[in-house]
Amino acid sequence: MAEEKKPILTVKDLVVKFRVRNRELTAIRSVSLTLYEGETLAIVGESGSGKSVLTKTFTGMLENNGSIPSGSIIFEDKELTGIKTDKEWETIRGSKIATVFQDPMTSLNPLKKIGIQITEVLEKHQKMPFAQAKPVAIELMTRVGIKDAERRFNDYPFQYSGGMRQRIVIAIALACKPKILICDEPTTALDVTIQAQILDLIRALQKEDGFTTIYITHDLGVVANVADRVAVMYAGQILEYGTVREIFYDPRHPYTWALISSLPMLAKKGEPLYAIPGTPPTLFNKIVGDAFAPRNRYALNIDFEEEPPFYEISPTHYAKTWLLDEKAPTADPPEAIKTMWKKSNIHVDAMEATK
Amino acid sequence: MSDTILSVKNLDVTFKNGHDQVRAVRDVSFDINAGESFALVGESGSGKTTIGRTIIRINPATAGSVFFEDKKISGVISKELDTYVIRNIQMIFQDPMASLNERATIDYIVSEGLYNFNLFKNEQERRDKVFRALTDVGLLEEHAERYPHEFSGGQRQRICIARVLAMEPKFIIADEPISALDVSIRAQVLNLLLDLKRERGLSYLFIAHDLTVVRYFADRIAVIHQGELKELADTEELFARPLHPYTRSLLSAVPIPDPDVEKVKKLLVYDPSMHDYSADKPAWREVFPGHFVRANVKEADAYAKMYA
Repeated sequence: MAEEKKPILTVKDLVVKFRVRNRELTAIRSVSLTLYEGETLAIVGESGSGKSVLTKTFTGMLENNGSIPSGSIIFEDKELTGIKTDKEWETIRGSKIATVFQDPMTSLNPLKKIGIQITEVLEKHQKMPFAQAKPVAIELMTRVGIKDAERRFNDYPFQYSGGMRQRIVIAIALACKPKILICDEPTTALDVTIQAQILDLIRALQKEDGFTTIYITHDLGVVANVADRVAVMYAGQILEYGTVREIFYDPRHPYTWALISSLPMLAKKGEPLYAIPGTPPTLFNKIVGDAFAPRNRYALNIDFEEEPPFYEISPTHYAKTWLLDEKAPTADPPEAIKTMWKKSNIHVDAMEATK
Repeated sequence: MSDTILSVKNLDVTFKNGHDQVRAVRDVSFDINAGESFALVGESGSGKTTIGRTIIRINPATAGSVFFEDKKISGVISKELDTYVIRNIQMIFQDPMASLNERATIDYIVSEGLYNFNLFKNEQERRDKVFRALTDVGLLEEHAERYPHEFSGGQRQRICIARVLAMEPKFIIADEPISALDVSIRAQVLNLLLDLKRERGLSYLFIAHDLTVVRYFADRIAVIHQGELKELADTEELFARPLHPYTRSLLSAVPIPDPDVEKVKKLLVYDPSMHDYSADKPAWREVFPGHFVRANVKEADAYAKMYA
């Protein structure tokens, strides 16, 4: 990354609420985040943590019962929370900020030819006539690794494998040369071998086109592979963010500790796997203190009363936990965190095996 | 040696669709010992789920046979044996969102098998069995009156496991039981399955695509590719000395939660055309004690020297 980091998207104190059966749910509880040009940011969290909702606000794709009562999202000097009409959103969504979703089968139209689904985007957003769009689409298909693209232009989605379909979804997302590519669990529905190829593909395309990438995922393995920076989300808030090395080798928030400790590949066989007790809190109720406190074995009394602020660990690494307060007792992180360095588990063997 | 509880011998499953034929499972054989957790690992379309479904008699075997406690349970079997198989071999499915009847209470869902086989003398006994199953998986008695939509993904998978436990089976087929769950919930479900194995001597066939989970869970692992077993070994042995190029490609593709390792990792891609089987035909060979691989004579020699 360049020394001079240029922000491309700035989120400040964002709050997102949903109206569900006459009750109010706060899905995003004041999130601030800066995305820098050309970087890859991974947002990690469990389902319901708000990671998808957060990125949906960047493209105006909140469901109808959702609203943004406060906070701001600045993209290219434009305040995105002020956008009212779909027409206005269309100048951003798909053309400047594009999204790749989890399941390629549901993001493609099963009744339309693959090639047409790509040219459509070019015709709509770039006002290209079909004759001009077709060769561009074929070139895109070739770029995402579809062999014999000219012939396969006329195929239907069912004639493609899952991995190839996801390649087409990526081609569609990149058709308008977006500034930001949001990948929402792009490989969860795919096999490990295909997953690795898709991650490689996105990385290669990013190198060529220089777009900024946001990954949304729950898979820490994927995060380690792709991310420059990581934000950990829980119950609608970011709890910790830092560079990928800071998050994996020097995590500070007990939730990040718990996430890493519960990975089966770090566990010793025969010993019980570390499991986070309980379930995430319901966001219908107002949350007092640290949302993770009831499941946190390191929780201090103050965690149940007052929400912790962000503490700076390094200029790039921040965590929102009272444990970092100077008055807090020292907490001994779990074994798995301490052994992160030793790489005694699968890592070494897998590396050996692939030599 | 422990006793074999389930034995699959030369199993073939072919699906026909008009003139199209797909041989989903090709000449697969393996034994599972009582009290063992045996994993079948492969990508989608490899036939791993088909094998599980053939064992519980959802798909018929085209050739070969399946034995449970030395009794042949594939093909035409007696009504009594069928009942016995259903009671003693139970399956946990991947997606707890799709495998529960949304309009039934948890009480009914867990006791459905008991109703089907009249496994209770009176209402009191049925309720006791339901409550015990719910408690065993860490749910509460009061949950029995609720409906599936009131539960989270992890809790729903527990309900699926409770439903299986109520039948008091000896053998459980777990088809990707944690793939659809969140990371923090996965650990809870894996621990539960392992506790049940220890406490009740249950045996498992664990079907998965994720080698890392399997490493923690399984005693032995079989790797399957396009309907054919490629390699079978004790878990630690397989990770220490992977032989078949497909196993090695699977290992290389696993994303490892360690950025320093992950960013320099080289991906191995398996190309089946690399094998020259024109004259020297492949067979199932034991390269190291208990470590089998599908290879021809030349390959087997090379494999044996690989870790010398």
